[in-house]
Formats: sequence, C-alpha cells, structure tokens
Amino acid sequence: MAETKPPPSASPAEAPAAISVRVLFFASLADLMGERRRNLNLPAGSTIADALRDMATDVPDLAVRAPHVSFAVNEAFVTADAPLSDGDELALIPPVSGG
Amino acid sequence: MIVELTSDPIDVPRLIEHVNQPSNGGICTFLGVVRDNAEGRPVVKLGYEAYESMAVAQMRTIVEEAMQRWDLDAVALSHRTGELQIGEASVAIAVGAPHRAEAFEACRYIIDTLKTRVPIWKKEFFQDGAVWVEPVSSQPSTQ
Repeated sequence: MAETKPPPSASPAEAPAAISVRVLFFASLADLMGERRRNLNLPAGSTIADALRDMATDVPDLAVRAPHVSFAVNEAFVTADAPLSDGDELALIPPVSGG
Repeated sequence: MIVELTSDPIDVPRLIEHVNQPSNGGICTFLGVVRDNAEGRPVVKLGYEAYESMAVAQMRTIVEEAMQRWDLDAVALSHRTGELQIGEASVAIAVGAPHRAEAFEACRYIIDTLKTRVPIWKKEFFQDGAVWVEPVSSQPSTQ
C-alpha cells in the first residue's frame, strides 16, 4: 500500500462540527412555539439542555416551561442531559393527558 | 393484540371479539368517555392530539407488559384522536383472561399506565375558550 500515513485530522464526514436535529412540539408547546416542528443546527456534542437554551433565545417562555417538559429522542424517553446526534428527532413532551 | 390510534369512532365490539378466545373465562372492558364538565365547568367537546408513532409504540409496550405479567393471550387497546363529542369513547380496552381477577387487574394497569406515559394530550373546549389539560402528576418517567 502506498498510503501509510494517517490523515492529519479527523474526517469532517465522520465528526461533523455541527449537527442538525428535528424538534417536534405538541399541544401547549406547539401553541407556545407557533409551529409544530423545526430543524435546529447545533454544535457537535450538544445536549437537549443546549437545544432548549438555543430555542429559548427566540421564545423565552420555553425556559419557564422546560422543568415540566419530558423529552424523547427517536421516540425513547431521555433526560435533558442526553446528547444529541446528527439526524435525531427530539420531541418536547408536555405533561400527558390521554385516556 | 390490537393496539391502535384512530380518528374514527372506536369499534368496541371488534375489540371484545378479538379477546373472546376459547381459553378465556372472563373479559374485562374499560371505556373512557367524554364528560360534559371539567370540575363543574361545562365542556362542549374534547380534542385529542398524539405523537402518533411514539404513542402507538408506548401503548404496545404497556400491553406487552400486561400480557407478560398476567400471562394473557389477548388484549385490545384503542385510543381516539381528533375532536370528540360528549359521551363518545376516547379510549377502549378489552382484556380476556382465563379468570376474572387477572382481567380486572390487567385492564386497570393498562389504563393507569397509559395515563402516565403515552404521549397523547387532551384539549377541553368550553363555551368561551379552550385549554390543554396538563396534569402535573402525569410526568412520564425516564425509561
């Protein structure tokens, strides 16, 4: 093999500097945000808490609601310190009232 | 197993038929129906919204938990979405079991658990406005 030297830095394709996540809003949070979904670009390594801080710059009341919101990433419940990956679907879940 | 969200009226006889199997000696059903008031304030209709794909997945998990815990072979669970009028069924459960005790217990487990962790939301419509119902006690726990 001719090429034996490793690349000088990690490939951007393997370790993107930024990630894109799809955020879903339901019920009262859809009313608050004025939309049902948005695509959010975040630095790699961001958590759900980071995503909330980013969105609260537009909608400060989101930070007020956050303590009463549950989170799901790709349809599994997680806590706010969970890391996000490129392509994740993050759902903000207000207190549920089915039945 | 039947697990579904539906925007059409729930076909309760179909759910009962599904769990009426020869090995069962009892069928327990539960219907949640639309009440005409919220703590005395007249309600004109309800609306239900769901995170549909996750709601169905959570409903299926709850039914599987019940079937395993009470060794059941037939359970049906259906939940409405959209607008409902007074008296309509918003949720229906049918549990078949060899004996009644398991049927009652499993049915209660399914409705109580559904109310804590299935991502479905109810909106109460009054004469002069509407509110999303958000019970603070219903925070889904992290699985």
